[in-house]
Amino acid sequence: MELDVMKKKNRKFMLFWIALIGITGFFMVITKYDPIKSFTSIPKAIVWTLTNFYPNSNSIEKLPSILSKLKETIFLSIAATTTASAFALLFGLFGSKTTKINNLLGVLSRTIASIFRNIPIVAWAMILLFSFGQNALTGYFALFFVTFGFLTRAFIETIDEASYESVEALRATGATYFQIVFQGVIPSSIPQIISWVLFMTETNIRSSTLVGILTGTGVGFVFNIYYKSMDYNSASLVVISIILTVFAIEITSNYIRRVIL
Amino acid sequence: MELLNINRLSKEYKGGTKALSNVNFSVNEGEFVSIIGPSGAGKSTLLRCINKMIDATDGEIVFDGVSVTDINRKDLRKVRTKIGMIFQHYNLVDRLSVIENVLHGRLGYKTTLEGIIGKYTEKEKKKAFDLLKKLGLKDQAYKRCDQLSGGQKQRVGIARALIQNPKLVLCDEPIASLDPNASKVIMDHLKNINVEMGITSIFNLHQVDVAMKYSDRIIGVNSGEIIYDGTPDNLSEEKIHEIYGSEAGELITE
Ligand SMILES: Nc1ncnc2c1ncn2[C@@H]1O[C@H](COP(=O)(O)OP(=O)(O)OP(=O)(O)O)[C@@H](O)[C@H]1O
Ligand SMILES: [Mg+2]
Repeated sequence: MELDVMKKKNRKFMLFWIALIGITGFFMVITKYDPIKSFTSIPKAIVWTLTNFYPNSNSIEKLPSILSKLKETIFLSIAATTTASAFALLFGLFGSKTTKINNLLGVLSRTIASIFRNIPIVAWAMILLFSFGQNALTGYFALFFVTFGFLTRAFIETIDEASYESVEALRATGATYFQIVFQGVIPSSIPQIISWVLFMTETNIRSSTLVGILTGTGVGFVFNIYYKSMDYNSASLVVISIILTVFAIEITSNYIRRVIL
Repeated sequence: MELLNINRLSKEYKGGTKALSNVNFSVNEGEFVSIIGPSGAGKSTLLRCINKMIDATDGEIVFDGVSVTDINRKDLRKVRTKIGMIFQHYNLVDRLSVIENVLHGRLGYKTTLEGIIGKYTEKEKKKAFDLLKKLGLKDQAYKRCDQLSGGQKQRVGIARALIQNPKLVLCDEPIASLDPNASKVIMDHLKNINVEMGITSIFNLHQVDVAMKYSDRIIGVNSGEIIYDGTPDNLSEEKIHEIYGSEAGELITE
């Protein structure tokens, strides 16, 4: 009996692997992907990186202009994250079961959030390129929309988890909606809210670099220029400063999390 | 003097669960009434219909001369300030201090803005401290509520209800999460409020012996219907079994 179950499990396991290998093979043929070549090219890539992709004295001169572009990117991300958080909090309140005003508004805000969240940021950037053209506003809105969608969802869950019982008690005292929000919901969920906002700030600083390549702004744009003009030394300096910044931001936000939680 | 009148009250939840059917009773000022009955009998639903936390499907509730069943938002707010509520899980804002939680009981009297920024008068603050002192929580006033024991949290809940100056307190299983010692402390405080301050009290209780000991009157509910309404003395063993739908000898009553 037990042996039978085991055998069945084994057969399922085999089938899974056969299917996986089949699918992989099929797509390798379609995309003309050559696994051997891709593996043999790894050492070559490493050698290339080591010989070309490092900052030299020439590129150091460009550091101030790189840093100023980096600052632009960071500020853009922070601006997009904070404004999106404010809207997300409002829609989070409407969408949460605990603090909904009515069902229609609840469904509406959950749907909007879901749409905004599920369109990838690069797609947003390309859509917005048509309306705003290549400038910082495009990047701002692309970050804003995705952040808004993601945070609305996160806030709905946070609010439902953290404050159902205290909301019930405040409602029973005769408190008004906004009294309940400010005296009950926000105090209960503020650590998680801040934590999510910090998380999105980190994420957005990374994605805004990418979006910058498309929209021709910020540090992504200068990277693209250096790279295309084969100034690999300067391009590497851009990458290094981005990595250091992301690390610094992560350390700072972890510190803030530790203090508030 | 009649404070509360419940007339032909029925509640059917979405999905068809009939939680209450044709419930009738009235409560006089100063009474201490306990509602007992098995799990799912509709006790919590009944209590929450009184302050319209749940909308009844049918029937009428009159509290202090005001019909609660179809009331506008402003009047409902006024009614709720007159009804304190105490919960099994205390329902405090755990990350705020004891004193802030007590003062929440005043929100119903404030303008929205005053409430949002937490602006309370000196008189209200003094009242809050007096209540804490009375309930033996003087030294905990500035502690965060998540640092308190269950019994202490429930006393904060009591203070929050009392600072409302209520005419009625509704207690939904106030001691169900507490040990016997803390339960006794809480029940004694609540009885005191009823006797000394004359505040009418309606309790949902799981412990029949506690209900018998403290109440002036017991209402037995089963499947959303009242099957007993009278004094504890008249509540016979058989009646208890009928309320709980059990055979004799099956219950733990002591
Ligand atoms: N929000 C709801 N939606 C649908 N059905 C509900 C809801 N709340 C309660 N019910 C149902 O209504 C009936 C009465 O529930 P209620 O919570 O009033 O019982 P109770 O007597 O308080 O039980 P307990 O002693 O377990 O607290 C139950 O059958 C319950 O499943
Ligand atoms: Mg209940």
